[in-house]
Amino acid sequence: MIQHLLDGILFGSILSLGAAGLTMVMHILRFANFSHAELLSIGAYTALVFDQIFKATMPFFSAQVGSLSITWALFLAMAFSLFLTGVSAILFDYLVFRRIREKGDELSMVFASFGLALIIRNLIGLIFGLNTQLYSKDIVFATILSRDPLIALKPDQLVTLLITLLIILVIHFVLSRTTFGYSLRAVGENPELAQVNGINLRTTILLVWFIGGGLAALAGVFYGLNNQITPMIGSDLVLPVFAATIVGGIGSIYGALFGGFIVGIAANIALIILPSGYSPSVPFLIIIAVLLIRPNGLFGESRT
Amino acid sequence: MIAGYLPDLPILRGVSLTVDAGSLTVIIGPNGAGKSTLIKSIVGLVPFSKGMLLLRGKDVGHIQPHQLAKHGISYVPQSNNIFRSLTVKQNLTLALRHAGKSAPNRLQNLLQQFPQLSVKLHDKAGALSGGQRQFLAVAMALSTSPRIILMDEPSAGLSPKASQEILEMLRHLTSTGVTIILVEQNVNQALRLADHCYILAEGINQIDDKAAKLLRDSIVSEIYLGGKRLKVQQ
Repeated sequence: MIQHLLDGILFGSILSLGAAGLTMVMHILRFANFSHAELLSIGAYTALVFDQIFKATMPFFSAQVGSLSITWALFLAMAFSLFLTGVSAILFDYLVFRRIREKGDELSMVFASFGLALIIRNLIGLIFGLNTQLYSKDIVFATILSRDPLIALKPDQLVTLLITLLIILVIHFVLSRTTFGYSLRAVGENPELAQVNGINLRTTILLVWFIGGGLAALAGVFYGLNNQITPMIGSDLVLPVFAATIVGGIGSIYGALFGGFIVGIAANIALIILPSGYSPSVPFLIIIAVLLIRPNGLFGESRT
Repeated sequence: MIAGYLPDLPILRGVSLTVDAGSLTVIIGPNGAGKSTLIKSIVGLVPFSKGMLLLRGKDVGHIQPHQLAKHGISYVPQSNNIFRSLTVKQNLTLALRHAGKSAPNRLQNLLQQFPQLSVKLHDKAGALSGGQRQFLAVAMALSTSPRIILMDEPSAGLSPKASQEILEMLRHLTSTGVTIILVEQNVNQALRLADHCYILAEGINQIDDKAAKLLRDSIVSEIYLGGKRLKVQQ
């Protein structure tokens, strides 16, 4: 039970990062972006490429950090991945969504996002192959925290969780203490009112794409670190990330962060009573249960 | 001005408006007359296909909504005119974010001007009463020290007392040199406080005159107290 809870918290923290970006894009641009989870794949693979480049060109970066399997090269690669995935999110908006926004409706955007997701997924498969890859082939043993009940935690998992919690704290600080954070929340709540209060919507949309892409990149790397890197990361995570967003309430960043943990923990706890094949259905059950009680999600408000 | 949300479906079919600096102008008319669309066109939220916007004699063209403050204009929408998920202080801080170092002083000044907000400073704006929300919306509009404020039905949904307070405060603002353009459904109350009044119907100017004169006009009082719709003169 406790092991499932720990795994759930870890998975939930990854979903939170993915959902925080998705909820902003969904609320401001008013469409369900099914290609958002592919940004996690892009992030994971971009970090893989830079990790290998840094290891090859700067051998002193190949050293592992403490007892982690993570190398200094991967930490540096993560920063590059964050930036480049953020930029690619802006690029997708420029190449696809912006054009459809000007001519079509929200439904066209949703279908375009499906198409874009398939293109990204297959391009990644074409370039990197369909085989699973790892950041490090070194085996890092889990630390046994308790033998009865058996609770084990890998140092990588602990670091992943700590970094994610740190990012969530930073997001909380920005949203609750800075005018930039207020303006993000303002645009999320009421884009028209935000504009007439002097907020440049176009710049904010670009920033939201960048932040969403950057957070997705970190989520992708963390997922790849604790699981495997495959071109299917996006398709595996698209539904849990959506569930986290909807459960939290579309437009609420806090809701998305919280929703991520709810979905992550519930999906793992469910493994105690359900065969693992049924695990993917759990996010849907949570969506239905939450929406029946609160139609706008836990933290969401009706649209303005 | 000719404007609308869709290119082939103009809502404003030829509206012309002149407003004196430091005056309170009220725009009235039946539902669907284009009152809100007119205000939204001025602030750049609805594109206008024909016409021009002159500010102090200078053609300002199509204003970008986020650059209203640069033109000295503030706009208060009819509903959802505050950020409900932010606290009162966060709403005001957001509105004052371009004030730089003078922001804390400006915030204090606004709170002195709106004492009802200072006690609710850390409450979520969504938890305020209708009247308090309107005061917050006006305080946010004033934070950029505008010369012109456009307001869409500030008394909608308010108690008669609260709407009277809001309208009287707007009247008071004009004495400080601020120009106010108001869309209002509370015709009687608005005409008593306004300097000038425009009546719109079906996207066209119908009547415009001094508010005091229109208040005494038998046709206007019959239409707006009896609810009879104006016929458009083609």
